[in-house]
Formats: sequence, structure tokens, C-alpha cells
Amino acid sequence: MTRIGIVAELGQESRVAATPVTAKQLAELGYDVVVEKGAGESSSFPDHAYVEAGALIVGADEAWGSEVVLRINPPSEDEIGRLADGATLIGSLSPGLRPELVEALAARPITALALDAVPRISRAQSMDVLSSMANIAGYRAVIEAAHEFGRFFTGQVTAAGKVPPAKVLVVGAGVAGLAAIGAASSLGAIVRATDPRPEVADQVKSIGGVYLKVEVGEEMTSTDGYAKATSEAYNARAAEIYTEQAADVDIIITTALIPGRPAPKLLTAGDVAGMKPGSVIVDMAAGQGGNVDGSVAGERVVTDNGVVILGYTDLPARLPAQASQLYGTNMLNLLKLLTRDKDGVLRIDFDDVVQRSVTVVRDGEKTWPPPPVQVSAAPVKADAAQASGAGESAAGTAAKRSGLSPAGKAWLVAAGIAVLFGLNAVAPAPLPQHFTVLMLSVVVGFYVIGKVHHALHTPLMSVTNAISGIIVVGALLQVTSENPVMQILAAVAVLLASINIFGGFAVTRRMLAMFSRADRARG
Amino acid sequence: MSDTVSGPLTSESIAGAAYVVAALLFILSLAGLSRHEKARAGVIYGITGMVIALAATVWLTVQGAWGTGHALTGLALLLAAVLVGGAIGLWRARVVEMTGMPELIALLHSFVGLAAVLVGWNGHLEAPALSAELMAVHHAEVFIGVFIGAVTFTGSIVAFLKLSARMKSSPLMLPGKNAINLGALAAFVALTVWYVNDSQLWLLVVVTLLALGLGWHLVASIGGGDMPVVVSMLNSYSGWAAAAAGFLLNNDLLIITGALVGSSGAYLSYIMCKAMNRSFISVIAGGFGIAAPTAGDVDHGEHREITAQATAEMLSNASSVVITPGYGMAVAQAQYPVAELAHQLRERGVNVRFGIHPVAGRLPGHMNVLLAEAKVPYDIVLEMDEINDDLGGTSVVLVIGANDTVNPAAAEDPSSPIAGMPVLRVWEADNVIVFKRSMAAGYAGVQNPLFYRDNSQMLFGDAKQRVEDILRAF
Repeated sequence: MTRIGIVAELGQESRVAATPVTAKQLAELGYDVVVEKGAGESSSFPDHAYVEAGALIVGADEAWGSEVVLRINPPSEDEIGRLADGATLIGSLSPGLRPELVEALAARPITALALDAVPRISRAQSMDVLSSMANIAGYRAVIEAAHEFGRFFTGQVTAAGKVPPAKVLVVGAGVAGLAAIGAASSLGAIVRATDPRPEVADQVKSIGGVYLKVEVGEEMTSTDGYAKATSEAYNARAAEIYTEQAADVDIIITTALIPGRPAPKLLTAGDVAGMKPGSVIVDMAAGQGGNVDGSVAGERVVTDNGVVILGYTDLPARLPAQASQLYGTNMLNLLKLLTRDKDGVLRIDFDDVVQRSVTVVRDGEKTWPPPPVQVSAAPVKADAAQASGAGESAAGTAAKRSGLSPAGKAWLVAAGIAVLFGLNAVAPAPLPQHFTVLMLSVVVGFYVIGKVHHALHTPLMSVTNAISGIIVVGALLQVTSENPVMQILAAVAVLLASINIFGGFAVTRRMLAMFSRADRARG
Repeated sequence: MSDTVSGPLTSESIAGAAYVVAALLFILSLAGLSRHEKARAGVIYGITGMVIALAATVWLTVQGAWGTGHALTGLALLLAAVLVGGAIGLWRARVVEMTGMPELIALLHSFVGLAAVLVGWNGHLEAPALSAELMAVHHAEVFIGVFIGAVTFTGSIVAFLKLSARMKSSPLMLPGKNAINLGALAAFVALTVWYVNDSQLWLLVVVTLLALGLGWHLVASIGGGDMPVVVSMLNSYSGWAAAAAGFLLNNDLLIITGALVGSSGAYLSYIMCKAMNRSFISVIAGGFGIAAPTAGDVDHGEHREITAQATAEMLSNASSVVITPGYGMAVAQAQYPVAELAHQLRERGVNVRFGIHPVAGRLPGHMNVLLAEAKVPYDIVLEMDEINDDLGGTSVVLVIGANDTVNPAAAEDPSSPIAGMPVLRVWEADNVIVFKRSMAAGYAGVQNPLFYRDNSQMLFGDAKQRVEDILRAF
């Protein structure tokens, strides 16, 4: 049986790669689970909790000697040496940012999987540690800001006077940004957000923020799920917005990251100097160079004008129990994918795009970087394929129901044409003309309805109903007949058709009047 | 008809020109009605077209028969008929409840059908002087016109009775109903041939009765839940009836207008059919060709009940709410309290939207009309396709009087009679609250597993009262 080792982290890291809950689920996949003594201590998961979940508590060397080693942070050089030959290491390795680490790993006959390299496709969302950690970090950033900020977030009217609500600007509406918007707005602050991707506007709005659009007529849709670098015109306009906003808001949380590149500098020293004393900036990109001029990774900085800049890089680790649980679940989901048969044997399938993407080193061979995965386009294509598949099956059942094969349909069409042809050839004088008129009108009827708005089905139906009262013309032509019976019948027909015409048009107008009121109420 | 005006401007040619204008106006009218912005202009076009057509026809008639005694009687009758008919129509249009719209429209269709029958009968009585060949055509036209008209007439009457609950809405399941329909059609063809050769009045009587019976049977075999398709199908039939009358009377305007209405009605039915995953052919043929639903004795488990108070609490803690109304909302006249509920939730910053299934209610677009009546802004009223993907992230879905349109069995149980019908995937939301009078099955007669889901709770009682209870609990 394969043994999974959960090893302790280095230094200040307070998270752990598996919690008692996920350890138990790992065991259910067929693995033997061992945990390094005290690995879960700082996330409030004591050793005995792991024992209760069925894991063994072992020493560090034994844990590192397992066939599969789970980790959060990348290993140090010493730790790489502790891995057994043929072992598999899974953790957040940031292979894009640390080529030297990839080389060091490839120097050993081991396999290394980077959990933070999961492609951003829907199927892989359950393993996406970047998302789950960003979510926690976004929340924590607001909490840290609130801790530094000397005021309420929510506006209040008290006997001691009115308290204005705090204004928060969130830069970048990715997972972390959205989490921050949600947390800040649920604390009662006025939240604004910027992002170069206009499609996030609805997401921002849905969790209580106001989306500030940078109007330069440039739209950016991403194909890999991340934001890209922006154009100069855009940056110029965005810089203006940041300067305006910095002077107005109390708290700024920046989350802007571009994969594989240093974080963009968005707030200048001048912007920071323009902020009110007591304002707080949380630079969540500080670890990648920072979005804010003057932020220091991992440090709390106070500027000359009394603005606090937090550059903490360990925001997820500040909620260790929660972060470990989510990280552990992501880890578990990856292992589920790698252990299809739940037999405790780990297999990597390079035909699967997720497994290919996370594999940095395989059996001592460097496999980084993986071929790019187009996530925005891929799901669309898949959907289209599904849709067309559904369409085909629907068409298939329809054909089955009516008992018509495509050939049968073709015959039916041919027969229809033949009948029309025959009729036109044989029929006496006025008929062919009438047929022409009929056929053309049928086609016009189909096209004129076109893409009728779903809300207008009822008015459309009542207006066509009124128009079909045109039958009155027939009755009118007959009403002056010499035959009194005909006159009576025609008069009755006129009466019935009149009800239709007047009633139909009147009721349509009534309905449309209601729709238009809604329109005006909106506009 | 004799020409009383000499020269190129005969009354016929003027009327003909007027007809072309009227036909164009009708086309503009239908085109306008497919978009909100142009809808009211569309109605104006329609009315103008109708006025022009009627004026031209009346003038033609008067020109043709002026001075004779029967013409005067005819004109008097005409005037009286238009006045009485117009008054009735306007009165009904003014007093009809928006919830009663499907019934009214079904009833109006029946009038067109009956009028077509009468015009056809007159065609028989009129016996114009024609060549033998044209006479045969004339006879066939009379027959076809009467047939379509009569089918439309009784079909619409049955639809009206079903919609207004004066008749049981469950489908009539006669043994061999498809054979009955086909037999009636075959008999119609045989009778037509006979009548063309020997135009006896009794044959016309027989075919009228046959068509009346067929129309009755066609619609009676369709369940109440499928009425949106039926109503638009009858709309189409009423158009064809008018077109047939146009052939009979040699009148292009009738043909054009009839064909317009006929094909647009058919297209609407087609949209409805797609929404219900039904075969269009079997709808036109009536009865949908579906077998009686097999009563599944599956144990779905327990359903849970919720109170109005608890619902109010859940709603006020929700970040997004989707309301999916169905016919039950119309029956309970609950659209005003529902609109008020939506309004109050929006005031509290809850993102409220409406999800409308294409066949919700008993008429295409029925729910939209009701919500518009209650002044729900139409930009938060979304179509099924627009909202389905958002349901997964919705805090609370309120299912008000809908059943089959939110049935997960359609998506998940291939053996279900409604399998494959696109439905609102409300079960993906965090919480679903179902407003329902009892645990009875929907119109399709299919049990709804939604009610037994872990995230579903039932709020029993009259929808209007329950919504008002929630409003009070806020």
C-alpha cells in the first residue's frame, strides 16, 4: 500500500496540508496516512485528532520518507534531499516564479506536482488552491484593514452624532478582490472596485460593490481566466481614477496580479500621499513586488502622512484552521483524480489536461512548463458540443416520434413540391395566383415574427387574433345578397368577427400599455 | 358586382389597391409586435390596416348593390352587427382580468372559426355562375373553408372551457384516438370528392358536423398544461380558416392575412413545442401522440414544510432571490402581492429576478403580462435560458404555482413522461420554497421529485395569502 506523509511546514507557516477530516478521506482512497508529529499544531489540529481519524503519528524522517508527501510551501534544499527515490511531492511550488526550485526537484528521481498550477477550468475548480486561498486572503485583508482603521465600517446615526460609512476601494476583482468586496460590504462599507475585465461588473454588483469602469473603449476578455497586461491609454485613464479614488476613500485593498510577471504598480507615492491620515492600504500583491509604491512584503509600514500600508503575504495563513481545511480539500480532490480506482495507487495520466498541467517534474524529468490551456474558449466549445449533441438527440427523438428518417423527409418535401406543381399546372385561372400569394404570405409570416421577444407572445397572439377577424371582409361581401338566409348568416359572421377585431385590438392596447408603464418606470 | 365607375379607376381596382396597403400594414403590425419598442406602433398599423380594409370592402359592397331593397337591409344588418359586435368586443376587452386572458383569446379564436363556417355556408348558398371546372374548385373551397372553420370553432370552445375550468383539464383518452383523427380526415377527403361531383346541402351538413367533432376531439385529448401550445395552434388554424375563405371569395387580402396569421401562429406553436421538447407534427395532429403517463409508485421520501414567518426570515437574509411563477400564481391572482414582495426585497438590496419558463401559464407570455400588470419592471423578468445558469448561485428560489416547469425529473429521469423538456433548474439554488395548494401532481400528471429534495421546503396554501403573510412578517 502506498503511504502518504503529511509533513510539517517551515518557519512561520501555520497551515497544514491535510486536516484530520481530509486525512480520513485520503485513507478511504486506499492510502496509509502518516502525519509528522505536531504538523497540525498551529492550525489547532492536535496529533490525537489525526490518530482518531485513523492516521499514524510519526517522526519527521519517516514522514518525509513516504511514497507521497503532501506539503503546502515548497521544500527547502535539505528537504528535497530527504525525499525517497521515486517519491511524489505535492504542494504549492510556484514553478513559474521559481525556476531554480524546479531544477533542484528535477535533480532527484522524484515526481513533483504543483497544486497551484491547476488550470482554471471548471472541472479543476475543486483543486484550485489559488482560488481557495485567495478567497481567504481577500476576507482576511478586510479584517486586517478593519483592525488598523480607527473607525466603523458601517454608517450609523447615534445620539452622539452621525457616523459616515467607510469607503473601500478594491483594485482587481478576481477571487481575492471579490471576497474582499463581499466582506467589506457586509461590514457595511461603501465598496468600489476596478478591474480591466468589464465582464466582472456584474459579479462586483452581485456582492454589493460598485464597479468603476475605465472608459477607453478597450475591452479585454481573457482566454486563460486571468487578467492580462493593459494598454497605455487604459493605464493612463486608470491612473487618474486611482488618484481620484485615493483622495476619497478610507481603505484600499489591491489584488492586481499578472501571472508570471511582477505585480503592476498601480498606486504611486503621490496617490498614497493624497490619502487621508488614518487610511489603510492592504497590498495583497506585496509578495510579487506590490501594487503600491512604498509597500514592503510582509511588513506594516506607516507613511509620513499617517497612512498604514500592510504588505502581509501570509494572509491565508492568518486563518490557519480554515485555510488548512480548504487546502486539504483541494489536495484531496487532486488525489481523487490521481487515484481513479481508489486502490491506493497513484497514477498520472498525461492525456488529462489537469494532471498534465500540475506535473512539474516526472521521475526526475522536467515537464515544466506544460502546454497552455485555453480556459475561456474551451468550456464554450464544450458547451457548444454538448448543445449540438443535445440538439441532435432531440432531432433524433423528434424524427423517431414522427417516424420519419431524413430520406422520408426528403420524400415528403418532394411530394409536397410535386403536389404544388401539379395543382398549379392543372388548376384553373385564379387558383395559381392565389397559391402564389398564399405561399409568399406564409413565408413572410414566418420571417416577420422572427425573434419575437418572449414577453410579447400574448400581445402578438391577441393582435394576430384581431387581424384574423379580417374574415369579416368575406362576410361583408355576402351581406347584401338577395338571399335573406345568406344575409342573416353573413350578418352573424360580421357580428362575430367584429367582436374579434374590436376586442382583439383593444385588449392588445391594454396589455401594451402595461408594458410601457414598466418601461417608463425603468427609464 | 357591376362596375359603376367607368374608366381605369373601377371600384374593384381601388379596393384592390386598398387591400395591398392593408396587407402591408398587417405585415408591419406583426413585425412591430415582436419588439417592445415598436409594439405599440404595431398595433396602430394593425388598426389602420383593418380600417382601410373594411372601408374599401364596405364601399365595394355599397357600390355593387346600391339602390336595391336587399342592399338596404344588408347595410342595416351590417351596421347593427358591427355596432353590437364592436360593443361586445370592447366591453370584454375592458373588463377581462389579465389572468383570464387565455380564455378570452381562445374564445375569440372560436368566433373566427364560426365566422369562417358561416362564410363557407354562404358560399354554398350563393352558387355563382361559373364554368364547370371553376364550379368544382368553388365547391372544394367551400368544403375546405367550412372544415377548417369548424375545427377551429369547436377546438377553441374546448380550449376555452378547459382554461376556464368549466371542463376537466385532464386529457381525454379515447381508445384509438389517432385512428379517430385520421379517420375523420379520410372521411373529409371522401366527402369533398363527393361534394365536388354532386353539391348536396346535406353533405355540407355532414362535413360541418364531422369537423366540429374532430375539433372537439383534437383539443379534448390535450391536457390543460399544454394549453399554451394549443392556443397558439388554434390561432394558426383561425388564420388558415380566413385564408380558405379568401380562396372561396377570390379575395387576396383574406388569403394574405390568413396566411400571415396562420404561419406566424404555427411559428409561435413551434417555439412553444421546442420549449416543451414536443414534436411539432404531433401537436398539429392533436393529442401530442403521448401515451398516458405511467403512475410511478416511487417513494420520494418526506417533504418538509415551512411557515410564512420562516420564509420571510430566509428571504431577508438572502442576497439573491429568483421567483419562478406558474399558472398557480395566475389562478390565485397573486401577481400584485408577488410584485410587492419583489419590490420590498429590492428595497432591501436583495437581487430579485423572475425566471419565466416559455410555457408557464396557459398562454405564451402569460406570466409576462401578469407581472407587467403588477408593474414589475421587465428588465428583471428573464427567460429560462437567461436565468438557468444563475440559479446555482441563488440563495432562495420561490416557486409560485409552478410545477412541471421546475421538475428535475425532466432533466434527470429518462423514463419520465416529460423527460427532455427544458426546465428551470431551480433545484441548484441553495434553498427552494414551493408555494402549493397540496401535494397533487401538475398538469402533466407527473410527480415532482423537487418537493422531496433536501434544499426544498413547501409552503402550503393559497399563493396570494401566503405571499401576503410573508409581507406582513417583514
